[in-house]
Amino acid sequence: MALVLNEEQRLLRDTAREFLGRHAPVDALRKLRDDNDPLGYSPELWQQMVEMGWASIILPETYGGLDFGFLGLGVVLEECGRTLAASPLFASAVVGASAILLGGNEAQKQALLPAIATGELTLALALEESQHHRPTHIATRAERKGDNFVINGSKCFVLDGHSADQLIVVARTRGNDRDSDGLTLLLVDSKTPGVSCQRTIMMDSRNAANIGFENVTVSSDAVLGESDNGWSILEPVLDRGRIAIAAEMMGCALESCDRTVEYLKEREQFGALIGSFQALQHRQAHLQSEIELCRSVLLQALSSVDDDPTQLPVMASLAKTRLNNLAKLATNEAVQMHGGIGVTDELDIGLFLKRARVTMQIFGDSGFHKDRYATLCGY
Amino acid sequence: MEDLEQFRIEVREWLDANCPESQRQPVTREDQYWGGRRAQFPSEDARIWFERMRDKGWTAPEWPVQYGGGGLSPQQGRVLKEEMKRINARTPVYGIGLWMLGPAVLEYGNEEQKQQHIRAIVNGETRWAQGYSEPGAGSDLASLQCKAEDMGDHFLVNGSKIWTTAADKCDWIFCLVRTDPNVKKQEGISFLLIDMDDPGVSTTPIALISGESEFCQTFFDNVKVPKKNLIGELNKGWSVAKALLVHERKLMAEIGSDSPRQVLVPKAAAQHYLAFSDSKIIDSQLRGELVDYEMQMQAVALTHFRSFEEKAAGIRSAAPMVMKYVGTEAEKTKSELLLAIMGSSGLGWEGEGFSQQEIDTARLWGMSKAMTIAGGSSEIQLNLIAKNILELPQS
Repeated sequence: MALVLNEEQRLLRDTAREFLGRHAPVDALRKLRDDNDPLGYSPELWQQMVEMGWASIILPETYGGLDFGFLGLGVVLEECGRTLAASPLFASAVVGASAILLGGNEAQKQALLPAIATGELTLALALEESQHHRPTHIATRAERKGDNFVINGSKCFVLDGHSADQLIVVARTRGNDRDSDGLTLLLVDSKTPGVSCQRTIMMDSRNAANIGFENVTVSSDAVLGESDNGWSILEPVLDRGRIAIAAEMMGCALESCDRTVEYLKEREQFGALIGSFQALQHRQAHLQSEIELCRSVLLQALSSVDDDPTQLPVMASLAKTRLNNLAKLATNEAVQMHGGIGVTDELDIGLFLKRARVTMQIFGDSGFHKDRYATLCGY
Repeated sequence: MEDLEQFRIEVREWLDANCPESQRQPVTREDQYWGGRRAQFPSEDARIWFERMRDKGWTAPEWPVQYGGGGLSPQQGRVLKEEMKRINARTPVYGIGLWMLGPAVLEYGNEEQKQQHIRAIVNGETRWAQGYSEPGAGSDLASLQCKAEDMGDHFLVNGSKIWTTAADKCDWIFCLVRTDPNVKKQEGISFLLIDMDDPGVSTTPIALISGESEFCQTFFDNVKVPKKNLIGELNKGWSVAKALLVHERKLMAEIGSDSPRQVLVPKAAAQHYLAFSDSKIIDSQLRGELVDYEMQMQAVALTHFRSFEEKAAGIRSAAPMVMKYVGTEAEKTKSELLLAIMGSSGLGWEGEGFSQQEIDTARLWGMSKAMTIAGGSSEIQLNLIAKNILELPQS
């Protein structure tokens, strides 16, 4: 367990902050949005991130990875959250890579992981089928026909789904629509006939898609892990994703708070700096106490991925709940304390507000995770 | 690290050999030993346990050996705490001499004062009270009026102190007194130790909503206090007090996560008092509140741990400065949650019809209200966070 970053991790954070400040400030996201950029992220920026090793940060060295673990990943994602940097880092290098790492056979690992590390290959997880995160409620079917599987169904809220080279599709090969048993993960090239993709423009100006599967045929080599037993891979992959997105949310919340505190120190009303008013001081101070608690939770959750897998489910639900709550409070307070200018598009605060709302829904809102935490704890 | 593991083994063996079986049970209020001139041991085992720990220096494990302490490093101190917790070993002696005054005397006192007071605290010979607040000086502590006049060879103290915890059972009291009324209020305050047996000192308990009278008001009527009882420099008491408040807040924050007196915790109470279906609490409102509370406590515990690691690594962080606020607010939340979970069984005040545990829980609920007021109210804590961490402008 480590609740303090080591020197290597601190260095990584400083490097990431400097790099993102220079190459991916909030204005970069604004420009992608205003230009209706078809890809939704800058390939040049992604290539630079890859060159710094970010796409391989959690991969073992044998597959061309940096092997910095989740604490290393966490500091990078947190910095990405501070500048709202758009990239396939989360969808491909965290969620996709984790699925291959945890579920792939040696041939799949050899074929895919080095390609993820070099940025040649991007992945996306095609999981959700309704407006709420219900990872076992899967109606998409994959039927075995000889050596092949034929997939039919539709997915929504597929992060970076429209730009990914390959999709990891969660499909049902057995059982009822709500069982965790009978799920299978299948790798599907997004250009396979029968795959249809509709990019959805979300409030955060980042990337998500609805994806349809109509008689999409893949060979049984496409199965990741065992068929029917996909849940045993999917659940830890989701937990890693939850903790990773929580790190991004921490950055988003911290940046909102930092900008708000700066504003409290410069905005004058009634002949005084508004930061001297106790009504605002106490709210911002309370937020600071939430940040301190979330910091500890996040560090423990990140290190549990590497060091203590038995605690992973509880820590993931704890971290996602607490960071959901923090991101919501921090961004709401940021808008309110900025006053009128806070609701203008000109000010960046609105972009943080909107990104927070999207991340809150990724892999489970607070209601989902509170229920899961209680169930895991036996009540 | 290896040395620490060796130390852990030694501690474990020593505790196994020396901690009497009866001292490995959860402690009730009546079982707590607070020391002092008038103290009685609650049992023979409690005496044996205390004396063994005292002889080892482990009543104050991290204090210097020359004053009777254990001379342990913070890391070793933590190991000792963990090992005691592992076997549920009771704290051998409680007291704000150990928690608050001792650290202040070690930091600000002269050699004579250390010799006189530190060893007596370690040995459980003196029980200390704290004299900070006054009827007219609560959150605005610096406006205190209890005065000590310089009479040449002694100070003459007049005034009163309120919320003096268990002062009716204490031997000594450390006080903030006004020694210069003509300067900025923080700059005319001194830190004075007063023997409560001295003529002119009197104490009255105050009945609280919990039904307890744990707090008192202490009066000083022409009390002569020797000059040697001044800690630190004259009129520099405010900085001693601030340092000491840090200890108090840390302590209160920790009580929030590790109270020796809490007999019932919400999760266990839920098992006992709530209806379940399919291993789930049926009342979704209470289930949600229990999750919120458990998550908060896990976050608080992790933050205590992080603070410790940061301190050991020499990293400054804001975490310790928010812990009094979050720890005591969590304690209050816990008491409200317990009452809600227990329903009418949580409302018993005395007599028949309720278990002792139920009555204790109701009374602890009453006492929990003081947690976010004493030691600097939550509002004062938020002021401090705004000023010291966020560096917001002051009006």
